[in-house]
Amino acid sequence: MEYVVEMQKIRKEFPGVIACDDITLQLKKGEIHALLGENGAGKSTLMSVLFGLYQPDSGVILLRGKKVHIANPNIANDLGIGMVHQHFKLVHNFTVTENIILGFETTKGLVVDVRSAANRIQQLSEQYKLNVNPHAKISEISVGMQQRVEIIKMLYRNADILIFDEPTAVLTPQEVKELMKIMKDLIAEGKSIILITHKLKEIKAIADRCTVIRRGKLIDTVSVAATSQERLAEMMVGRKVSFKTEKEKRAPGETILSLEKLSVRNHQGVLGLKNFSLEVRRGEIVGIAGVDGNGQEELVETLIGLKKAETGAIFFKDLNITNLSIRDRIKEGMAHIPEDRHKHGLILDYTIEENLILLIYYQEPFSKNGLLDWDRIHQHAEKVVGEFDVRAGQGIAASARSLSGGNQQKAIVGREIDRDPDLLIAVQPTRGLDVGAIEYIHKRLVEQRNKGKAVLLVSLELDEILDISDRIACINNGELIGIVNADETNENEIGLMMAGVKRGVTLEPKD
Amino acid sequence: MLSIILVIFPYAIAYTIPLLITALGGLHSERSGVVNIGLEGLMVIGMFTGALVISQLEMSFPGTAIWIGLLAAFIAGAVFSLLHAFACITLNANQVISGIAINMIAGALTTYLARNITGSGNIQIVHGLGRQNIPVLSDIPILGKLFFTMSYPTTWVVVGILIISWFILYRRPFGLRLRACGEHPHAADSAGINVYLMRYIAVMISGAFAGLGGAIVIVTYSGEFNGTAAGLGFLALAALIFGQWKPLGILGATLFFGFASTVANVSQVIPALAVIPGIILKTFPYIFTLIALVIFSKSTQAPRALGEPYDKGKR
Amino acid sequence: MNLKINNEYVLALVAVVLGLLAGGILMLVAKNNPIEGFIYLFRGGLMSLERIGNTLATATPLIFTGLSVAFAFRTGLFNIGAAGQMLIGGLCAIAIGLTFAWPKPLLLTVMLVAAMIGGGLWASLSGWLKAKFNVHEVVSTIMMNWIAYWTVYYVVPRYFKGDFMETESRRIPYEASLKVPWLTDLFNGSYINLGIFLAIIFVIIIAFILNRTTLGYELKAVGFNRHAAETAGINVNRSVILAMTIAGALAGLGGATFYVGYASNMQIGVLPSHGFDGIAVALLGANSPGGVLGAAVFFGLLHTGKGFMNAMTNIPPEIADTIIATIIYFSATSILIQRYWEKLKKKLGGAK
Repeated sequence: MEYVVEMQKIRKEFPGVIACDDITLQLKKGEIHALLGENGAGKSTLMSVLFGLYQPDSGVILLRGKKVHIANPNIANDLGIGMVHQHFKLVHNFTVTENIILGFETTKGLVVDVRSAANRIQQLSEQYKLNVNPHAKISEISVGMQQRVEIIKMLYRNADILIFDEPTAVLTPQEVKELMKIMKDLIAEGKSIILITHKLKEIKAIADRCTVIRRGKLIDTVSVAATSQERLAEMMVGRKVSFKTEKEKRAPGETILSLEKLSVRNHQGVLGLKNFSLEVRRGEIVGIAGVDGNGQEELVETLIGLKKAETGAIFFKDLNITNLSIRDRIKEGMAHIPEDRHKHGLILDYTIEENLILLIYYQEPFSKNGLLDWDRIHQHAEKVVGEFDVRAGQGIAASARSLSGGNQQKAIVGREIDRDPDLLIAVQPTRGLDVGAIEYIHKRLVEQRNKGKAVLLVSLELDEILDISDRIACINNGELIGIVNADETNENEIGLMMAGVKRGVTLEPKD
Repeated sequence: MLSIILVIFPYAIAYTIPLLITALGGLHSERSGVVNIGLEGLMVIGMFTGALVISQLEMSFPGTAIWIGLLAAFIAGAVFSLLHAFACITLNANQVISGIAINMIAGALTTYLARNITGSGNIQIVHGLGRQNIPVLSDIPILGKLFFTMSYPTTWVVVGILIISWFILYRRPFGLRLRACGEHPHAADSAGINVYLMRYIAVMISGAFAGLGGAIVIVTYSGEFNGTAAGLGFLALAALIFGQWKPLGILGATLFFGFASTVANVSQVIPALAVIPGIILKTFPYIFTLIALVIFSKSTQAPRALGEPYDKGKR
Repeated sequence: MNLKINNEYVLALVAVVLGLLAGGILMLVAKNNPIEGFIYLFRGGLMSLERIGNTLATATPLIFTGLSVAFAFRTGLFNIGAAGQMLIGGLCAIAIGLTFAWPKPLLLTVMLVAAMIGGGLWASLSGWLKAKFNVHEVVSTIMMNWIAYWTVYYVVPRYFKGDFMETESRRIPYEASLKVPWLTDLFNGSYINLGIFLAIIFVIIIAFILNRTTLGYELKAVGFNRHAAETAGINVNRSVILAMTIAGALAGLGGATFYVGYASNMQIGVLPSHGFDGIAVALLGANSPGGVLGAAVFFGLLHTGKGFMNAMTNIPPEIADTIIATIIYFSATSILIQRYWEKLKKKLGGAK
């Protein structure tokens, strides 16, 4: 009975879905146990049950062999369970110490005893080599550092069962390595870790065992060392997946987009993009590889016209569009699949047909003299929905909100591609989608390229970039580190460039 | 000039104090994440309760009746604010609409009840609160004259509440938790804090303070309930924003607004003050608040989760 | 879509019933017979042509403020400044009506246009502050309400002082009034005036703008999701300012119909209750122009009937305001009360 946690046949239903269907998970003391599954497979729900955020409909949880009832996160805390959430739970204008002691304060006399808490945090920080300053404000420290604050928060509460929810999504490759080291140190001190992830490489790198779930069902728990990456992927998706998109070789055509020494300020007012130059040609997909927050947002926002360039120029089809409005750029033939489809892509309270005319409602035939022509709008929507396989219960009159993530993304892709744009800027186009939808989107992007259009793909998923790009531009700290041909490079090289290490020779694109 | 200041100072303080206590109430509510534009209505509740209790008791218990009335207003405000808390916290209703409903219900309901009681809709109290010199301190030159001469005891009660509020908000665990609820309720929740309970308490504090503020108006300078707080609650809201959701900022803002209004009110009596047109004095708290909003638009100190209903399920 | 609208109207009806119920309880508390009270309340608004005319006249400014709030809501803005915009619109109309001696059709046209411009510009400042500095319109319109209040407070006695009273303006001449003899006679001397026709015309115009035009499409898009609208190339700042200006113009017109239609002069020291009542009207009317019309007439009925009820019983007239206020509270919470109720039902069902 060496399990510290045993979740037995946990079942949790939500209206319309079974999020967890009798899932069993056993965590050994001192192991790193990966929980693997696609988006929406039920990983988060399962862990929320363990952390007391949800109550299971059936099933039992044993902790160190004893049956427990975890009614809320407080009880989880008392039982020694801690969780680092994907979205950090930190108050931005509190200090590190204040965040850590929140809800757990001790007082000295009448006031909160900040000093002895800070001392203890300092001590924990040194013990685990976390290098956290207890007196810094959260808003003034890096994302990687914030994650360490979350880790100390668990340690401060004496947790020994630690749950990490997709911890590497926000980190640089360097920080990922450091995190892995920290996790190993934690294990060495006798803690046990559950690592929620969908990244196979991380599992191979650090986990001892892995539990795979798919659509709410337990597939298997396997030893990581004895299982190949391909096999893990197959278990996760439910069929053989190659993660390779079919793509014929093509010679690129004329340059369609050219960025010349572009510099852009970010929200904090400092340069987020520095002297960035890039060319994109007809018939090619150029991937922008980089860790989140290294200038991609500034690059995209400036390209589509949401942000003004500080210096430099953008040429599109030989036209200087640096100061053109968003609408004029769209008219010129730019299309954009935004990173956050709910925030920037769709108007969720509008119907599908209303969303499909979002860029063209003011043009004939959809309107004349400022009056909308609903017949034409219906026809247009039926056509796009048919061509792009957007599935909605109530057809084009359904609100965009009612669609699944995959169908929402298809609607956006349809809206953008239907206008036959010369350049498609796709930002994280497959984020949060299941493998089927991912494959569909990739196929469409390659199809654009084959039709002689240009595609600029901005993604945080290195695999995606390597899979479908023709050329890859690496960005670090707002600077272009280098451009390489996709078939002449590998993950290691790109990883180094993403970390800011320049390559000896920058390859010029071959004509 | 000094003599004019000495003359208007007690009036300005008298006008400032109800604003200050009401804005402090708003501070608690908004720091916990709940917008409270119902302060105006909560003041009306306090005015009504205060005037009613005092008018009923002052014959039998002269002196203590006023303090019983203030306490009753304090409690009535807290109880009435439960309507707002229930709508905003339990039902996730739009906090602005709920606040407007509070204002409207308070004004209409109290007038309705007052009419049933007195027939006219007004409730008068015979004796207000007396002014007193503070022994020893009032003998300090100038400062003694300004602050410690002819002051209402309620002024010192409110100043005491201000100090206690500051201490609790910034030095006690309760304050840390309350502020966390207004900035990042999910963080508070995951730290084991009951966000709903904290917000309920905060809204009730705002109701209690605003109720007290309304009753202080009755026992100091007004003496009569007539169904409205004449925009004082909204002025307190402006002070809360102008003071950037901080106790000392609010103290400064309310003093500022209190003086402006007093100068406008007495300018007909004191010719030296008539040089500044009343319209400017009366509108400037609002204009300044707008300007402050523009200036602070990039660096606002407003609680981040202000106005957002807390939904436990969403993460 | 149909289902949703039906649902909204059912909820509105529930809010009205709950509001009336609360009113009934209050009548009981004051030891009156609620059934008798309600009979007099409704008879007071409907029992004669004159009273029906008064109901419509009372409803007229409410239609405008309700439209103003509803239009702003549909475009993602919360206009709680209708009262101030009304004051400024009314002040502009009164100022022109008292200054120029033109023939009635010309004078009225200019007055109405001035009221629209006045209210529109007043509100556009809040729109501009929102677009340019991200100042929340709820706060700025509250401030603008009180700035308008004090502006009227000082401007009216200074320039348009009444003959007897310091606290109100002179009465406007016949030429400057929206009242016309044929209409007044038709309704046996009621307050009804041309404003009601104007209101109905604007109900139709606003419905048309919202549902049929690219302008409406654009403004609603910005209202639902300003980021997506901006990314799609819509000029968001322009939309916000424009939407706020239109909302203000509607409230300004409402001010004209009140001060030079229903009334004949302007009192100072009063922030008109129509601003907040307009929020109730918009909520009850599910933010649709047709719904606003219905809700405003209903509230007009309550306001008109309350005097009669007060005369016939001992129930104070404020009962009408209490009912309206309660309706707001219940419309703010009704959808959620319903959700809560369903949850409760499920819990009880699950327990068995």
